[in-house]
Amino acid sequence: MNFEFSAEQNLLRDQARAFLSDNCPNELSRRILEGDTCAADSLWQEIAALGWMGTNIPEEYGGIGLGALELCVIAEEMGRALAPSPFSSSVYLATQALLLAGNEQQKNDWLPKLADGSAVGTFAVAEGPGNVTAHSLECAVTQQKLSGTKFPVPDGCEADFAVVLAKEETEPTLYLVPLGGPTVARKSVTSLDPTRPQATLTFTDAQAQRLGSQGSGFATMDELFNRAAIYFAFEQVGGALVALDHACDYALNRFAFGRAIASYQAIKHKLADMYVAATLARSNCYYGAWALSTDAPELALAAATARVSAMDAFDECAKENIQTHGGMGFTWEFDCQLYYRRSRALAVNLGNKLQWENKLIGALEERGEMLA
Amino acid sequence: MDFGDTTTEAAFRTEAKAWLDKNAKLKSHPNETWAALLADKSSQNIVRLAKEFQLKKYADGWACLHWPKEYGGRAASAMERVIWGQEEAKYVMPRGVFDIGQGMAGPILMKYATDQQNARYLPPMAKGDEIWCQLFSETSAGSDVAGLRMTAQQDGDEWVLNGEKIWTSGAHYCDFGIVVARSNPDVPKHKGLTFFFVDLKSPGVDIRPIKQITGSSHFNSVIFDDVRISDEQRLGAIGEGWRVVMATLMNERVSVGDAPGPDFEQVFSLARHTPLNDKPAIENDAVRSKLARWYCQTAGLKYTKMRSVSALSRGETPGPENSITKLVGATKAQEIAVFGSDLMDMAGIVRDEDLVSADAAFQKAYLQSPAMRIAGGTDEILRNIIAERVLGLPQEPRADKDLTFREIPTGKAL
Repeated sequence: MNFEFSAEQNLLRDQARAFLSDNCPNELSRRILEGDTCAADSLWQEIAALGWMGTNIPEEYGGIGLGALELCVIAEEMGRALAPSPFSSSVYLATQALLLAGNEQQKNDWLPKLADGSAVGTFAVAEGPGNVTAHSLECAVTQQKLSGTKFPVPDGCEADFAVVLAKEETEPTLYLVPLGGPTVARKSVTSLDPTRPQATLTFTDAQAQRLGSQGSGFATMDELFNRAAIYFAFEQVGGALVALDHACDYALNRFAFGRAIASYQAIKHKLADMYVAATLARSNCYYGAWALSTDAPELALAAATARVSAMDAFDECAKENIQTHGGMGFTWEFDCQLYYRRSRALAVNLGNKLQWENKLIGALEERGEMLA
Repeated sequence: MDFGDTTTEAAFRTEAKAWLDKNAKLKSHPNETWAALLADKSSQNIVRLAKEFQLKKYADGWACLHWPKEYGGRAASAMERVIWGQEEAKYVMPRGVFDIGQGMAGPILMKYATDQQNARYLPPMAKGDEIWCQLFSETSAGSDVAGLRMTAQQDGDEWVLNGEKIWTSGAHYCDFGIVVARSNPDVPKHKGLTFFFVDLKSPGVDIRPIKQITGSSHFNSVIFDDVRISDEQRLGAIGEGWRVVMATLMNERVSVGDAPGPDFEQVFSLARHTPLNDKPAIENDAVRSKLARWYCQTAGLKYTKMRSVSALSRGETPGPENSITKLVGATKAQEIAVFGSDLMDMAGIVRDEDLVSADAAFQKAYLQSPAMRIAGGTDEILRNIIAERVLGLPQEPRADKDLTFREIPTGKAL
């Protein structure tokens, strides 16, 4: 039994952690929060130079062709560092969408640029509050021209292209849409987590290339989201563990009634519960990583399990970190807010908890039917 | 990452499986218990058959895997114990009768008893001829077990024990017990304890069953009334009993979290087969949400355990998985019991096995599950353990810290 990352993968983790602690301090997120939206531009270039964007991209398309486990390791570190970058949109979603459904031409067009960071991709599905269904979907394509509005789109103002869910006739399908031209109006919207910027994209007869076959939109998106969910979950667990560390540090150094608040069981037990939530989520992520790396038939179940428990863990750790800090946790000056903001951004990015809980139980029902 | 064994692990697993196949029946469902298959469920019969089975294990070299061979063990590695545990769990076998003795009393004898004593007591313990129990807790000393009140007075070469122990599993069929008592009340509580082993057939020992919420009696109180024992039965120095208790508890491997009762699979199945507004309850989103939470916990525990086995396989010391398993598992078991009863709507109150789903397992678990949050370390103590040993947080200041035992304030409750 070896249910652990390999020595090489842990070496990659150490390198990533060292790099991010030098080059991606929380100060970077804070500068963005205070309006310097370009503060992390150089970080993207530096990460690109390390080759992280191409982790999963085969060498023939300019990537380094490592497996899913390596990307999981990087994701956890990006989550720990609260890295302000379009990494999740570009790497976990746009790149993976091309790998899953792109034709040779599309892969050749985009993967080398995604791998070296010269292009950023994103994924556009939402059309306002509430989830999009085949019934509610409004964005439409006729004769390779997309019209309609997507909102919010993560990194929508920064991305060079988006993978867009739209219908052709009545069939939901994915499209590859370059975002630079005049047929796409891009407007930044205010994000709870400005380090994960959001946009409204309005398409007016924008050039749209089909990604995959007509009508395969939801099926591909499902598969794509199952994969992305595991990377997102690693980011969430990374963030949760650091929020827990901060809460412990503060509790050890903050005194009340003559002693460290960490000595009060009211605080200790809260911190123990945070640790338990983060540990269970991390273990579920490991299983997700294994399922992803082996393309296991239980990938959908493993993904939903990792996703739901990582959402819960980051939510609990982020909010109870503030609670442990008391009034100081509510100040702009303390970093508690950064984790609290990021927790929300990661929680809704791939669809909310109710939907993932539903998917989880759905996967178990299917498994039950297979056994029966 | 892979879930396969190393070559040596695989060889050991094959050997274990072969023995189990030959000597035990595979479970037909995960909750099948050995005792449930017996026509005569009296404790005499259970103990008699458990002893027969233990003797077979002993004869074939499968008793007390972690003990040295000279005392009847197998000198197995930690990883081999894990593999044996994984395989054994698939079979219907007697459980629990020998665990306290072989898991806790045996190792503590090896550490503190004389060679002659070990030669006398350990092989019969391994064989199952003699059963041992543990006598630490008292009515007024549970989580704060160092506050115990049983007295040990020295009288020449003998000691006289007086007091009452409680929560002793199986004392009524045990032969010996390890016991800790207060030999000096005029020093701080941890410093006045001394550790012994006793023959439970000694004059003055009175074993009384405790009737539980469930109506059955799994535990006993054991009353000591002027019980005289030889000084040779002392383990460790006079006043050093707490050190011996701590060493014993390090060996505790009683897994309370694995107590029988409905878990995720059972509540999932119940939700598929119980109607809610003319449809299976599982189609209700609130039900799905609850089920998803328990599945995440169940899977999280399973994979946390795998990570610790993986650490063990690499020769590392595993972390606090046992505390997490029990803390999460016990709370989940109680929640599932309540929800199972709830899903049955008004019939959720019915306890007749013939009348409600799953032979009333959810209703039985409703009564049983509070124990799991208390036995073997309460939820609160487990959170303290995680906070102190894993997160490095300080202990609560203690009001009895600089007092002698006699000066420690007490309340009116037991």
